[in-house]
Amino acid sequence: MDSTAKITIENLNLRIGKQHILKDISTQIPEKQITVILGPSGCGKTTLLKSLNRLIDLYPDVKVDGKIILHGEDILHTDTDITTIRKRMGLLSQRPYPLPMNIFNNVAYGLRISGRKNRRFLRKRVQYYLELVNLWDEVKDRLYDPASSLSIGQQQRLCLARGLSVDPDIILADEPTSALDPISSEVVEKKFIDLKKQYTVVVVTHSLQQARRIADYAIFMYLGEIIEQGPASEFFSNPREELTRSYIKGLFN
Amino acid sequence: MKKTTVRKAEELFFRVIMFLATTLILFALCLIIYSILKHGLPAVSWEMLTQVPKGGFYFGKEGGILNAILGSLYLALGASIMAFIIGLPVALFINIHLFKYRKLVISIRFLLDVMWGIPSIVYGAFGFTVMVYFGMRSSLFAGMFTVTLFIIPIMIRAIDEVMKTVPLGLLESSLSLGSTKSEIAYRVYFRQCISGITTAVLLSFGRAIGDAASVLFTTGYTDNLPTSLSQPTATLPLAIFFQLSSPIAEVKERAYASAVILTVIILAISLLSRVSARRYQKHKIK
Repeated sequence: MDSTAKITIENLNLRIGKQHILKDISTQIPEKQITVILGPSGCGKTTLLKSLNRLIDLYPDVKVDGKIILHGEDILHTDTDITTIRKRMGLLSQRPYPLPMNIFNNVAYGLRISGRKNRRFLRKRVQYYLELVNLWDEVKDRLYDPASSLSIGQQQRLCLARGLSVDPDIILADEPTSALDPISSEVVEKKFIDLKKQYTVVVVTHSLQQARRIADYAIFMYLGEIIEQGPASEFFSNPREELTRSYIKGLFN
Repeated sequence: MKKTTVRKAEELFFRVIMFLATTLILFALCLIIYSILKHGLPAVSWEMLTQVPKGGFYFGKEGGILNAILGSLYLALGASIMAFIIGLPVALFINIHLFKYRKLVISIRFLLDVMWGIPSIVYGAFGFTVMVYFGMRSSLFAGMFTVTLFIIPIMIRAIDEVMKTVPLGLLESSLSLGSTKSEIAYRVYFRQCISGITTAVLLSFGRAIGDAASVLFTTGYTDNLPTSLSQPTATLPLAIFFQLSSPIAEVKERAYASAVILTVIILAISLLSRVSARRYQKHKIK
């Protein structure tokens, strides 16, 4: 691997009730690159992503063992406050969920819960993050309108800005463009490529084309297992496994 | 071919039933309103709204029911505020903090539904027992306490039903920002559900102001204006009850007039809260 590992996952197993959802997952997610997790629906890729920021804590009957190491700390077994861990990772979900408040406060929310209350500071930072996701020009005259009045594509970018506002170093994205129109999708994809200069990006997708466009490192999952992983160039041009090959050819989905 | 005819007949049958049921309900409602207006409206007067009962009021002489109007408003307001202060955190707690413990939440909901179903006279009897235990007299406070108990399950379940509809993604997104659960409760869920919460408070207020059985033993009755939490207080439902049981026609008419006043109060509060809820509704995430 030509870059240091940001997150190391060792022998991660996850069961919900009797179902074995993630089977012995071990991988290293490279720093400041885009890692794409690929695979057909129901293969556990979203669960893997949600394990990274421990959103799986929300679900009943979940049993996890193994390690997820971030900055030398196993975040599955740690005394560090979960909110601190989550602040290091921004999440972009399938469908944007802005907060039930106006556009300005959506971005300011993250700053406020981090204890920043100075109004001038908030204004400057909100503008900074909205510019970062190319949304400022579209919303600068309507900052105090409800976030729900934006289009879905704009909402997704707002959610990205909101996620960045808590100053994470990792961005987790769960099929972030599946609900968006092609133009908004392109904006989001391009943004990811920009953002990898500063952030480690992990994207779950079932779109092969998208994976080819943005991936630096690819992980292919099938039925809860990692079948193959590697740098994207090798992964797409010369897959080692038969299953990967047929998936890339589009033989199944 | 034949099957289609049967299905069409079935469709028609159910439509007729639904239509009849709807008509029946609307008819009953109109009839209730018509009868209280018909009997009560002629007796509603400025005097009735602004005066306390004078000597001979219960024999059809002058005076009004300001004591009961104010008493009921105080009682319902106090009880709604107390039930809200207790109920909102409970609803937030079971929807956010206990999210993971589905079975526990299901049991809590079941318990609350059972409590919702307990007749108010039972709450009245319980309130009375507590009152006697502490050596209290029937008073505005004892009434508020009992009515609070009685409307808490309604308040919690009504808020809870609204919070159940908050999308999971909103909870996940808020958690991902590193919010604590309490921040999510009061900054996200509260705002997302504000209109539903308003409706819940209104529903509870309506139950509180309209219930006679829970205040029968606990609040007492008096012709004086309520001035202290420790004094007995008149309430509208009891004012209706006492006047309606009188053999004198004028007094009976005033019972209907009291019912008109009670209905108008509930209607006014309903409209007011709906208007104010609409202001916050615009931020709701669908």
